[in-house]
Amino acid sequence: MHIDWFPLWLSLRVAAISTVLAAGIGLWLAWILANRSFRGKEVLDAAVTLPLVLPPTVLGYYLLVLLGRSSPLGKVYEWLFGGPLVFSWQAAVVAALFHSTPLLVKSARAAFESVDRSYERAARSLGASEARLFWRVTLPLARRSILAAAALAFARSLGDFGVTLMIAGNIPGRTQTAAVAIYDAYESGNTSTALILVLIISAVALGILLVANRLTPNPFGPRQAAP
Amino acid sequence: MIQARIRKQFPPGPDSAGFSLDLEFQASRGFTVLFGPSGAGKTLTLDSIAGFSRPDEGRILLEDQILFDGAAGVHLPPRLRRCGYVFQNYALFPHMTLRQNLEFAADRIPRLERHRKINEMLEKFHLGEVSGRKPYELSGGQKQRCSIARALIGAPRVLLLDEPTRGLDAPLRADLYSVLRQVREEFGLPVLLVTHDFEECLELGDEMIVMRDGRAVQSGTPRKILEQPANIDVARLLGIFNLLPVEIRSLDPGRNISKLRYDQFDLTGPYFPGRLIGDQVWLCIRPDNLSAVPSNGRPGMNQVPAALLRTVQKPDRVRLEFSNGIAVELEPELVEKYGSVKEWAIEFPQAGLRIL
Repeated sequence: MHIDWFPLWLSLRVAAISTVLAAGIGLWLAWILANRSFRGKEVLDAAVTLPLVLPPTVLGYYLLVLLGRSSPLGKVYEWLFGGPLVFSWQAAVVAALFHSTPLLVKSARAAFESVDRSYERAARSLGASEARLFWRVTLPLARRSILAAAALAFARSLGDFGVTLMIAGNIPGRTQTAAVAIYDAYESGNTSTALILVLIISAVALGILLVANRLTPNPFGPRQAAP
Repeated sequence: MIQARIRKQFPPGPDSAGFSLDLEFQASRGFTVLFGPSGAGKTLTLDSIAGFSRPDEGRILLEDQILFDGAAGVHLPPRLRRCGYVFQNYALFPHMTLRQNLEFAADRIPRLERHRKINEMLEKFHLGEVSGRKPYELSGGQKQRCSIARALIGAPRVLLLDEPTRGLDAPLRADLYSVLRQVREEFGLPVLLVTHDFEECLELGDEMIVMRDGRAVQSGTPRKILEQPANIDVARLLGIFNLLPVEIRSLDPGRNISKLRYDQFDLTGPYFPGRLIGDQVWLCIRPDNLSAVPSNGRPGMNQVPAALLRTVQKPDRVRLEFSNGIAVELEPELVEKYGSVKEWAIEFPQAGLRIL
């Protein structure tokens, strides 16, 4: 039996890239949401969460309008990289990004906010800049929860179907990710291929969840009694 | 030298009463203790100086720098204020060793000098041997000393200590006092210390400010406040006085004598200037200024009969608590001599009586 492994590799690559990008954007947004107070903060929070609750087709529609070949952003991308964004594998990264970033922002904000405020106050009173506070104090203290969140974001990126289908399409060997390939294989009666991909994806997701769970408790050495 | 005038309002909420802080004080080198019950606004005062809380109005001046000026809209961020803050829970960074904690704070010292300075601080605060450990591997006293060293290493212009002895047992407390005395001698900066323990004020305070409900009710040296509390509130807050309601029956400036009526007994005290006959006042007297003898049936001059409720052992005295709420502290030998007498006569000294 011949199995095309390309969709699986593509999915892993898309998930990895989107997780790295989501971590960058997500940590930054989460830091702002956790530390600043400004007008429209809750609107920003809601907007960041929106992709989690919108139907994938709605999100895909927006992205097609926003990034399509005739849109300004699409034109800029084409001018920069010499090819259209939509219906390329990079579009699958964008699709994954819109599913993983909200998750990361939510978890990272909670992780930042769970760091005892007195550490941040101490750092500030010791003259630390916000950047130093972030890199040397808050991020290391929240590190395990954030790694757990990144693992979940990776798993989430792996599984996107609807948005990917709408903006990256289903081009075998180019934009067909595992989730799309499973649908495709099943529809075309290729059930054994579908089953193998299903099992692999399930195993990877389960493994990631186990890792994330082990990361979540956060003891620095034995748990301390409150002073 | 720090000068502060701080006003801040918290409007009452659905499950909290309102609070307002309205405080004006200055502190120079040495220890200034903010003393008061919880909820008096002591920590809020420290937070306003450190920049964690923004007052509604007022002005905070540290040396010649304005940290906060409500009218001019100046509110420096905490990192620019150079206020060393020792937090109640120490707030040592748990993922760093002691040395790294100090390094974090010594960031602005030039690299070559930084290393020497860190070693000097570790030495000074007896942390050399444990400098490679993380906070959870340390004793309470070591954590305490490290948090003080960390606050001082960047050469702050004021040191703020928030209830540093809370949760420490007696030997650690004594250690901390000696560390703090060392800080006073070697660093020569103003230190503001928050406490609700009056003995700590006596132990450390060069000056003290008694706070209640966001206001300063009295300030001065701890000794002076102990000797002359400004009013009944201060006396109650200090928590060490017998406070008895009395009525002034007669005043004789010529013989420097007054008569006070307590319960159904007459007491003779000194003349109280500025008081009138018939005034209802509080007699304020420390337990160790009273004495007591077993009753012989009829109370004598300046004596009040009372039944003994219980005796409490103190390090160098025995405290007798009587049914009328009065406490007397006596030498242990005296109490031993009288044995298990139930009925006593409490003796009031004529000269030492103070009224509020």
